[in-house]
Amino acid sequence: MTTLYDVRRGMAGTIVGLPSGAELRSQCIRLGLMIGASFQCLERLPGGTIVLETHRQEIALGNALAREIEVVMEKE
Amino acid sequence: MNDRSQPSSEDLTDVMPHAAHRHVDSSAMRFMGSDKKKLVLVGNPNVGKSVFFNHLTGLYVDVSNFPGTTVEVSHGHHPKFAVFDTPGIYGVSSFNDEERVARDIILEADIVLNVVDAVHLERDLFLTLQLIDMGKKMVVCLNMMDEAKLRGLTIDVEELSNRLGVPVLPTTAIHRTGFDGLDQHIAQACTGTSDSRLHRQLHDLLNRVGSQEEALMVLEGDSVIAERHGIEPGDERELIYVERRNRVNRILDRVVTVSEQKRTLAHTLGRISISPRWGLPFLLVVLYGLYLFVGSFIAQDVVGFTEKTIGDRIFEPFVKDQVARIAAVDITVEKIGLDAAGKETTLGSRVFSFPDGTGSNGNLKDEMSKYRDGGTNNLHYDFKSPVAVVFFGEFGAFSMTVTYLLFLLLPLVLGFYVSLSILEDSGYLPRLATFVDRSLNGLGLNGRAIIPLILGFGCVTMATITTRLLGSDREKRIATTILQFAIPCSAQLAVIAALLATAGVKATLIYAAVIFTVFIAIGTALDKALPGTSSPLLLDLPPMRLPRAGNVLQKTWTRTLSFMKEATPWFFVGALAVSVMQVTGVLDSWTKLLSPVTTGWLKLPAEASTAFVMGLVRRDFGAAGLYQMHLTPMQVVVALTTITLFVPCIASLMVMIKERGAREGLVIWAGSWVLAFGIGGLVALAVL
Repeated sequence: MTTLYDVRRGMAGTIVGLPSGAELRSQCIRLGLMIGASFQCLERLPGGTIVLETHRQEIALGNALAREIEVVMEKE
Repeated sequence: MNDRSQPSSEDLTDVMPHAAHRHVDSSAMRFMGSDKKKLVLVGNPNVGKSVFFNHLTGLYVDVSNFPGTTVEVSHGHHPKFAVFDTPGIYGVSSFNDEERVARDIILEADIVLNVVDAVHLERDLFLTLQLIDMGKKMVVCLNMMDEAKLRGLTIDVEELSNRLGVPVLPTTAIHRTGFDGLDQHIAQACTGTSDSRLHRQLHDLLNRVGSQEEALMVLEGDSVIAERHGIEPGDERELIYVERRNRVNRILDRVVTVSEQKRTLAHTLGRISISPRWGLPFLLVVLYGLYLFVGSFIAQDVVGFTEKTIGDRIFEPFVKDQVARIAAVDITVEKIGLDAAGKETTLGSRVFSFPDGTGSNGNLKDEMSKYRDGGTNNLHYDFKSPVAVVFFGEFGAFSMTVTYLLFLLLPLVLGFYVSLSILEDSGYLPRLATFVDRSLNGLGLNGRAIIPLILGFGCVTMATITTRLLGSDREKRIATTILQFAIPCSAQLAVIAALLATAGVKATLIYAAVIFTVFIAIGTALDKALPGTSSPLLLDLPPMRLPRAGNVLQKTWTRTLSFMKEATPWFFVGALAVSVMQVTGVLDSWTKLLSPVTTGWLKLPAEASTAFVMGLVRRDFGAAGLYQMHLTPMQVVVALTTITLFVPCIASLMVMIKERGAREGLVIWAGSWVLAFGIGGLVALAVL
């Protein structure tokens, strides 16, 4: 299973699975992080904090959350 | 769920208390009680709501760039409406305190004015559609149109208005563009086009809840609103949210066209600030800039002038001189000159005794004037009457307290808020939170906590209030504890810096290492000891922008004013307490009582206990007390370590009790005694 945690800077992909906590999931959806949303990774900081862009919004996610979001990467 | 087949008496017992409860419980209702229609401003963080509020009411409201910093609600009056502001939110629900506050105010609104950022419609329209689904009478202001244009975005305003079913007014709030039509725009407020499928579901609930807005909240699983009506919250939030997001995307596909986007300097800086390689240098540059402005310019140059020259040499002598006319006093005149290196030095001093006040001994007064010789003097008034000491003495309520408030604290607070407002308006804070996220994880915090921690270096009291923006109670507890223990506030920091400057590099390094270790240790220990896990970082990064001077200054002014209002009474209370202790001899007995600890364990002079008593009131009092003593460099390290870790000031304690409850507040307060003297003693063992 690939998660956002495995994503590197510059890579693009699609979200296929959201975190298990209902509240956290709702907060993700509110910001546009939902199943089927495509994204591009703008930055990955050491330790796994991820900054991504989806629908022209920049969103930062902590590594614990990034590990819970399942993604499919676009082929290079 | 309420079962309709239940006997009606059951229904009554269930419904009645809740119906009553709803009104008693709704603090928004009480807060908003007004004969006029209620106009409520709603928007995501940092969309420029403050300017609208200002325009409508003539008052300024504080809105910060960092998502979630505004918890307080401002309200003001318009000829036709009572106008209320709400904290910046991403949606109406109850995920945190701000959302709960905003939700309750929105529920009571007659008209909603929804401000959206034209550059950030993807984010902002979610809230707009939710407000429409609530069935609120509303209008939309499409703000920051100038920036949207700059970024190559074309927005079909008419189509947007058609799709939403509510009037949309394009504006650029910062230049007041579009504001002429604002009143007329508000007059056209109407309910929008809500999701048709959702509408049917809401209709079913409507009979039981009474209003569409509350029905939506219940359907979206808001347990508080559901409880108000004595029914189970719905479990469809996620489905509704996904559908709403999709609606946002569909609307935007039709409404927004993007031409080639220009990469601005702000955009580049935004990238640099979160880059693994350049993020740290960027942060260091920012911190150095802050140090130059607050630590060097304000704390040393400005405060040096206001406190030493205006406060100590003009204001206090003037006040004390008036009292000395009629009160018994010994006045010590210290003549000040400059030494070869240009530093101030005492040339000589003499005591003048006026047992009946200076008014009744003109000769001696003349002699004193002659001795003062028109040059620079330090004057010490030793009043004999306890009342004069309490109000005009060393810690007097009308002497030292005023100097501290106006000539020390005010410039520091102003300088600090200017810096903070610039940081906020620039959009750097969320990026900093992102950059330090992983480092703070080890302390059981996520990146957001950097905001209260940085604020703490300005004022721990204020920082404690902003722990509200943290996601969970666990994080609030950890951040509050770290703040109260290990972060010296700017007033204290100024005195600490001055003391360390005399003690040398080695002392400074030891002090910094000890405090930093304690900081890490407290966070790590609490993270291990407290049950549960902390919430992960999930943050929207608003665009970096050049802060506008007008906005920064207004914000600084509002905040400074409200801080001074809150701090002033505590200063008087504290000064009175210490003065009363001084005249009743309690201060002396305290010094004796603590002396085994100060002399035996910390290996400091006995007078150091006075500093700790002063530190109970104000952190910087304590450090300032040490300033008068002649300590060796290593004694300075021990004394400063102890006073830094020692209890927070009274104002801070009060805020902590308000935010965290009396039990936790007092535990942290008492714990700081143990920790301060414990660590201080260990350092003494090691270095003395």
